[in-house]
Amino acid sequence: MIELKNVDVTVADFNLQQINLSVTKGMYAVILGPTGAGKTVLLESIAGLHTIRAGEVLLDGRDVTNTVPEERGVSIVYQDYTLFPHLTVRENIIFGLKVRHMPQPKIIEELEWICGIFEVEHLLNRLPATLSGGERQRVALARALITKPEILLLDEPLSALDAESREEMYAQLKDTHQKLHITTLHVTHDFEEAMSLADSIVVINQGKIAQVGKPSEIFYHPSSNFVAHFTMARNIFEGKIVGQDGQRKIFQYNGIEISALSDKITAAYAVIRPEMIQVTLEKPLTGFNIFSGEVKSIVDRGANILLTIDCLPQIECLQPRQQFENMSLSIGKQVYISFLPSSVHLI
Amino acid sequence: MEVVRKFFGTARSFLGRHRLPVVFGILSLLIVLFVLIPLIKIVFLSNKEALWQALQDTTVLKSILLTLYAALITTVAGFLLGVPLAFILARHNFPLKGVLEGLIDLPIVVPHTAAGIALLFVFGRNYLLGKWFNAIGINFVDSLAGIIIAMLFVSVPFLINAAKDGFRKVDVRLENVARTLGASPWQVFRRVTFPLARRSILSGTLMMWARGISEFGAVIILTYFPMVTSILIYQRFESYGLTQAIPVAAILIVICAFIFIGFRFFLQREKKRD
Repeated sequence: MIELKNVDVTVADFNLQQINLSVTKGMYAVILGPTGAGKTVLLESIAGLHTIRAGEVLLDGRDVTNTVPEERGVSIVYQDYTLFPHLTVRENIIFGLKVRHMPQPKIIEELEWICGIFEVEHLLNRLPATLSGGERQRVALARALITKPEILLLDEPLSALDAESREEMYAQLKDTHQKLHITTLHVTHDFEEAMSLADSIVVINQGKIAQVGKPSEIFYHPSSNFVAHFTMARNIFEGKIVGQDGQRKIFQYNGIEISALSDKITAAYAVIRPEMIQVTLEKPLTGFNIFSGEVKSIVDRGANILLTIDCLPQIECLQPRQQFENMSLSIGKQVYISFLPSSVHLI
Repeated sequence: MEVVRKFFGTARSFLGRHRLPVVFGILSLLIVLFVLIPLIKIVFLSNKEALWQALQDTTVLKSILLTLYAALITTVAGFLLGVPLAFILARHNFPLKGVLEGLIDLPIVVPHTAAGIALLFVFGRNYLLGKWFNAIGINFVDSLAGIIIAMLFVSVPFLINAAKDGFRKVDVRLENVARTLGASPWQVFRRVTFPLARRSILSGTLMMWARGISEFGAVIILTYFPMVTSILIYQRFESYGLTQAIPVAAILIVICAFIFIGFRFFLQREKKRD
């Protein structure tokens, strides 16, 4: 378990402020944030590589605020895997055991165990420079985990990979986590990566924590304009609540009224995710939040199509390809859009 | 006629396409010749008999051995003291670091006779450190110790700068990873940082040794006797003229050429291995 209590860290001219964080034992948590948000500094602080200016770091209940990195039981894997270039794969993997002066037979035993998990046996005599991206990552994970750390820190581990290897690595990371049940903290700026791996997501921005929650919470109930933007909510309207209709709130912006199912009394933003919007050629007979407009742009995203429609005054909708093709839409066509009050999230 | 015209035509079009390599090639050739001709001439065109005599002259051989030996001790001392400083400069920031780095380069810039006088002013028998060392029997004037401090002063910046660049090129994150894997700062230095900076450090060490062997100005101020080779050459030139100076210079040049070309080959092989 990782706990950070009011942690402040300063590195060069960058500050992490008042970081409070708790990752339950065995959980896979993802720290999500834009470049320069302080994600790597946060990981390195947990690993003991920066001086903590204020606050406490607890690992499995043990106060490690002032403990040196080699005694924390925390392994870190960086984005480009930082394998020791002068050592063979074997020497890289057993590095952590050698510096602890583990007896040779035990080292061989541990090496066999880790090779079985990461399938790196055939690479043992190679130098890192000769490995592919995926191989490097497997070696880096093997090296990080052979010492049986309590916590695994991953700094953008998938950014250096192409789309295909990335898919493989999602599976590899999930599989590893399931096999070893190691508490994992994974840093990324990629929102989809966070969604597909995390038990819990921590959104960080400008050195501060913006939101903590399950992926679905972050996705559907962003707590701020920033989180909504960062999770690609796309349709974020600024306005205010002007009335109530039973359980529904009437949110007004630009003179347009939207029905939202929310227990909020005041709100400054209404967020509607693009995939929650229905696009039809005919006007729906019943329902709330029905508007009409003209198709302004069509962006082919492969499995989905992103449409921009000029109502409200502009809204983006994500349509499954099949549905889009059935409607045979083109730019300039008049359509109706509708969305449920429960799909509107008020902030 | 046709053949000649064709030849010139081809030559012109070749020059047109390869202007930069041709110009640079010619300029490079000039500087290479400038360096090589004196060296080759002194080694191959000096009087064979005189050379043979010099080789049997114990004063000459002793002086060469003394020079190589003093420069070697200097380099070992420079390595032990300079590498840690280089590491600190590469890894840490502190106030006035830039000033310190500038000061370290100073011995390269100042005339070496001036450096020698500055050293004499500190290590001379009647001055601060000279007195202390004199008390424990170490004397820096007209002694091996004097040669060593003169060589150290003017040559250690080469090692410090090369090692600093070498350490800077080592990714700090490799050190971070090593720490989290359980290595102490000493283990990280020994197993990761030093091996990765090794080539720069070796090359700096070689430069330092070379600079020590060739030193004249600072050494002559502190220690005329025992005579290092650079001083012996000067002394022979002053007392007996060119003919006596040439063989000694030739021998030193040949020995140095063997050592340094050999070392370059070694470094090249290291590079290939990496």
